[in-house]
Amino acid sequence: MKKVNFIHLRSKLPLLLLVFLLTFSTSILAQDAAADAGANVDIAAGETLFKANCAACHKLDRNAVGPALRGVGEKYDRDWLYKWINNSQALIASGDALANKLFEEHNKAIMTAFPALSEADMDNILAYTDQPKPEPKTPVVDTAAAGAGSGDGGSVSNTLIIGALALIFLLLVIMLYLVTNTLKRIAEANGVVYEKKEKGTPIWKAFIQNQFLVLVVAIFLLLTAGYVGYGYLMQVGVDQGYAPVQPIHYSHKIHAGDNQIDCNFCHSSARKSKTAGIPSLNVCMSCHKNISEVSPETATAEYSKEFYDGEIQKLYKAVGWDMEKQEYTGKTEPVKWVRIHNLPDFAYFNHSQHVTVAGVDCQKCHGEIQEMEIVEQFAPLTMGWCIDCHRETNVNLANNDYYAKIHEELSKKYGVEKLTIAEMGGLECAKCHY
Amino acid sequence: MASNKKYWKSVEELKEDSPIVKALQDNEFVTEIPTDEFLGNKGALESSSTTRRDFLKYVGFSTAAATLAACEGPVVKSIPYVVQPHDVVPGVANYYASTVADGFDFANVLVKTREGRPIKIEKNDLAVHGGSVNARVHASVLSLYDKNRLTGPMVGGADVSWAEFDTAVAQKMNEMSGKDIVLLTQTFASPSVSKLISEFTAKYPNVRHVVYDTVSCSGALDAFQNKYGTRALPDYNFEKAEVIVSVGADFLGDWQGGSYSKGYAKGRIPKNGKMSRHIQFEANLSLTGAKADKRVPATPTQQVAILKALTGGSTAGLPKHIAEAVNKAKAQLQKAGSKALLVTNLPDVASQTLALNFNANSDAIDVNKPLLTRQGSNEEVMSVVNGVISGSIKGLITVGVDPVYSLPHSKEFAEAYKNLEMSLAFAMKLDATASLAKLVAATPHYLESWGDAQFKKGTFSLMQPTIRPLFNTRQFQDSLLQWTGNSQKYYDYLKDTWSSSVLNGESWSQALHDGFVSNDSAVVMEEVKTSGNATVESSTSNGALGFLTQEGDFDLTLYTSIGLGDGQQANNPWLQEFPDPITRASWDNYLTVSAADAEALGLENEHVSNGALNGSYANVKVGNVVLENVPVIIQPGQAKGSVGLALGYGKTAAIQEEMQTGVNAYKLYQNFSNIQKVSIEKASGMHEFACVQLQSTMAGRSADIIKETTLEIFNTQDSSVWNTVPVTDYDHSPISVRDERADIWSPYDTTIGHHFNLSIDLNACTGCGACVIACHAENNVPVVGKDEVRKFRDMHWLRIDRYYSAQDTFKEEIETLENLPAFDLYDVVENPSTYNPEVAFQPVMCQHCNHAPCETVCPVAATSHGRQGQNQMAYNRCVGTRYCANNCPYKVRRFNWFLYSENDAFDYNMNNDLGRMVLNPDVVVRSRGVMEKCSMCIQMTQKTILEAKREGRPVKDGEFQTACANACETGAIVFGDVNDKDSEIVKLKEDKRMYHLLENIGTKPNVFYHAIVKNTTEA
Repeated sequence: MKKVNFIHLRSKLPLLLLVFLLTFSTSILAQDAAADAGANVDIAAGETLFKANCAACHKLDRNAVGPALRGVGEKYDRDWLYKWINNSQALIASGDALANKLFEEHNKAIMTAFPALSEADMDNILAYTDQPKPEPKTPVVDTAAAGAGSGDGGSVSNTLIIGALALIFLLLVIMLYLVTNTLKRIAEANGVVYEKKEKGTPIWKAFIQNQFLVLVVAIFLLLTAGYVGYGYLMQVGVDQGYAPVQPIHYSHKIHAGDNQIDCNFCHSSARKSKTAGIPSLNVCMSCHKNISEVSPETATAEYSKEFYDGEIQKLYKAVGWDMEKQEYTGKTEPVKWVRIHNLPDFAYFNHSQHVTVAGVDCQKCHGEIQEMEIVEQFAPLTMGWCIDCHRETNVNLANNDYYAKIHEELSKKYGVEKLTIAEMGGLECAKCHY
Repeated sequence: MASNKKYWKSVEELKEDSPIVKALQDNEFVTEIPTDEFLGNKGALESSSTTRRDFLKYVGFSTAAATLAACEGPVVKSIPYVVQPHDVVPGVANYYASTVADGFDFANVLVKTREGRPIKIEKNDLAVHGGSVNARVHASVLSLYDKNRLTGPMVGGADVSWAEFDTAVAQKMNEMSGKDIVLLTQTFASPSVSKLISEFTAKYPNVRHVVYDTVSCSGALDAFQNKYGTRALPDYNFEKAEVIVSVGADFLGDWQGGSYSKGYAKGRIPKNGKMSRHIQFEANLSLTGAKADKRVPATPTQQVAILKALTGGSTAGLPKHIAEAVNKAKAQLQKAGSKALLVTNLPDVASQTLALNFNANSDAIDVNKPLLTRQGSNEEVMSVVNGVISGSIKGLITVGVDPVYSLPHSKEFAEAYKNLEMSLAFAMKLDATASLAKLVAATPHYLESWGDAQFKKGTFSLMQPTIRPLFNTRQFQDSLLQWTGNSQKYYDYLKDTWSSSVLNGESWSQALHDGFVSNDSAVVMEEVKTSGNATVESSTSNGALGFLTQEGDFDLTLYTSIGLGDGQQANNPWLQEFPDPITRASWDNYLTVSAADAEALGLENEHVSNGALNGSYANVKVGNVVLENVPVIIQPGQAKGSVGLALGYGKTAAIQEEMQTGVNAYKLYQNFSNIQKVSIEKASGMHEFACVQLQSTMAGRSADIIKETTLEIFNTQDSSVWNTVPVTDYDHSPISVRDERADIWSPYDTTIGHHFNLSIDLNACTGCGACVIACHAENNVPVVGKDEVRKFRDMHWLRIDRYYSAQDTFKEEIETLENLPAFDLYDVVENPSTYNPEVAFQPVMCQHCNHAPCETVCPVAATSHGRQGQNQMAYNRCVGTRYCANNCPYKVRRFNWFLYSENDAFDYNMNNDLGRMVLNPDVVVRSRGVMEKCSMCIQMTQKTILEAKREGRPVKDGEFQTACANACETGAIVFGDVNDKDSEIVKLKEDKRMYHLLENIGTKPNVFYHAIVKNTTEA
């Protein structure tokens, strides 16, 4: 009977499996159907759309120009939201109570109309905004800090070991000394007489007596002193590698490197003025009005996200930006940056000549600035350095009518097609000193 | 022929074997460094409290301290804008058109600003009737940064806020209702201000408006008003005049507001064989007299007769040689017909009317669109003065004027002013009036203000702020708006006024951009009332020629100096250090006396051993007013029996001690008449002048410095006759120094790229000195102070040498002298050289020699030659041997004997934060022990080149500028690239008047001059 039963079961297994499968497949189908009915969303697409259209004014979790949007899809009626997003002004004008209320609440800030967004697009966006807030990740820094801590611990233990070894060594020396002394005393007590060693000429006396050697050494020392002294004096006032701590930790690596912002975007006067110009804070705010924190990936082992966010807060404080109210308070305190590249007053340098006319890359004088977390003086900025470049570099004559005539005449004179800056008169004193 | 003339700078040079002149010719630096005085004096050395050991200790300590201090470099901060103004690019200059209208100087200007601070004033080339951008206007930018300015309003000497001040004024105005209050202002010549003042006087009917011109033009205004019905001054175009006769009028200076030099200079350049003929009768030697073809010294008393004779009267009573000159001048005037112009500075209405009638048919006068830059009436002002003194006027509001300083009766006036019920002064500084006023309203500088002006009828100028007010100041106009209950700001009021009555549909922005707008739309300007009577009688009461009946032995002519003018900018070190074009003295005013009179009075000028000038003191008495201890300068060319004295000096209120120079000549300005009878007596003591006339004598060389000829010779003879190129020997035969065989140096290849040359036309140069101040501003030239100038250590990169020459070397003039009857001849030839010398001005800056003597002697190669023609000076390389200065034949190098910036011993603008704001950031401030000199404004040429490179185009002609060429109104100084074959400079270089300074020494300068041509045609 049992057997029969088993057989029965066995014969029914495929069927059961089929049933099982069908059951599940139904449920899958059911889900698809629901999506078709309005919940068929693509969160990734939503994120892209959000970033393209909304992120300029809206953040997920805090107020920016517009209010925070997390959970907005659940807060309001979906159809109402469609209308609002497509054209909020029309909705307000139609006398919609809720719309008018919101408009009033947000200081009558007019939201851009997005008539091009389809309902599906909006659903995607709303799906993205309605995601639950992710749990804060365990900060990377902690491990980094821990690592650094353990590293420190390592070095401490190293010193300890070395110290202990030194101590032991010292003890050994003392012990040996005591032992020899004791042995000597015993020997003396036993009446053992030592033969006295005959004293040879001490080495220093021998050295002094050898005048040739003295001369050679003296000359050698003088030359060394001269070389070292000259080298030392020549680097006085040359601050190559000078990397002062700035009032705001501004990372060129993040801006110019990771985000590929063109140097001239912030240092706009480099193209037309003698100074490259430190950007005024309103230039910072053209981006940082919306970027109040760095993405978690920006954080490095050395600098945490909190650290960077704190630096952005320093900018807000200086420029007087109230992040909560999204408005300027009018209380400003100019940032006192520490100047890194200091040319003396008597040297005239013009950025626009080099950047616009000659087309020199910033990196040529400032180094790989896009990789510098902290900017340092890359070039020595000495006159020799300037002149070397002026001797070697050819003048950028292309497409510049200014040079047309002078180029023709000079190339005839020197019999060359390309002209260095020196040949154009770029080494004359008063070209830079007046 | 012309080169036979003897030129000299100082009478001292005429003395034979003057040891001082010899020493100055031989030595670049007059005084040795006094090491011998110190080291040679054993007693002093031994008694010194610093022993040798101490000295070594100090040296050791300071070396160690310096070494330690050098270990760590300074931390330099860079502070960017929080919000960058969108038209400011750090490092790039912005220019704004604005207007100067301070009641004395009226001009359209361009203001150069860097990072929002004005650093230089330039002329506005767009403006046709732009007034005169003279030395004072150029220097006015420094007055903005005057540390003695008022920082806020004051009530009863205490600092208050503007709200409190307004309350105090309102209360006072209520108290004063019904009592006579006078609003005493400078001439504004402003449509909006006159409208505003009429609104103010409408609200407070007890206030009446009186215009007070510190230096009066009342006679000319009255004369014009009588004849043409408008209170204004005729405008002249000297370019159109073929014969110009001036009786005492210094029209190249400040006569009737000035600004005539531009037109005059155009007519003075010989063109197609023609140039204007200029005859000057005057007492003081003025700029105008210096430029005249024929100058006749004549006292004011004689001038009255001369003017009458020229306009139809007889020459009876005049000395023979003057009478003859008058007759000749008269004949020439008649011959010229409508091309003749007669101007005079005699202050009375009758004389001015004579000139006005004479000119009625002249092409050179414009009476339809007259000048409105002077409005004051002597009678009105006198009535105010008398009213204040008598007590009938209870309140006085002063705007832009300083009557306590500038009124002749200042003592009585000051007493009465103190006791006024209401005294309110609008002032930029706590000047003499403001310091006595109970209410002081601090006003901003014109560079911080809005405003407008109508200099000439139909031409309206706009003034715009170029910097935020430095102090808590408020414009006079804003105060009036506030007090008339108008809630508008003056800017809006101004704009409204312009939209409704000036612009006539033109764009406000365009007008603001250009700085002016021309249209003939009628604007109702408040007419200045003149005693209710339209016709002003010439009477003694309005200060006419009362002087003829005054008592005194001498005729005094009061004038305004090129440097200080009416004295508003007395606290401006640039202007104080500016050497007067004629006397070459700085930091002073002085009584100019003729040599004959000086001898009679026992007055002396002497050069002490280092070449500095000392002069006697004299007491000058007008009526019962005595001006004591006026320093005396013996002035060649001063008419015998006349003396001169400059107004505008002797200020003490709100003036830094170093700049409290000179004597206040306004005390002698009785009845606002510039001519007075005075008696003079010698006072004890000698005055120390800071006079640079003996300096820089070009090592005693005299040939090829000034070249001069007459129009007749210029027209008829080859230039080799009158503009001889020096010759030198080559292979025992003479060759021109321009021949390349004469060159012992290998020449520079100057054919490629730019090659800069500077042209200076000595015919067009009036010696006005605008270039000197412009150079100061552009190149951060330091001010060294009176003591240092006296030691000939002035730092001017550009000096204007003034040469006298004996008149009697011109053939026809010798004949004139020979034909004089014996009696008159005695008078004239008494001291022939100094009686009436001819004058030549010559701006001299570094000549940028192609074979520069300075370059070859520098042991450290700090000075070198650039291929663009500039002789370059690298300050940071200079070790201060001064060999270059010794070897420079032109004496243009200046040595920094001291540190002139941030040094309390030289407490001028470079010693305070405010004053340093005027520095040009593109030019380094030199340090002690460094030689400096004109760089041909290389920072400006480099900027022009860079701009062209950036835009990828060749440089256009006229784009290259230097500060001096840019400042020159007469077009005397022209700068350009001689490798640009079509440029103006090439034409000028090929002109037959072209010569080089000291060409015979073969330095091949890149600066060249144009010889003087004088029109000596008598009929």
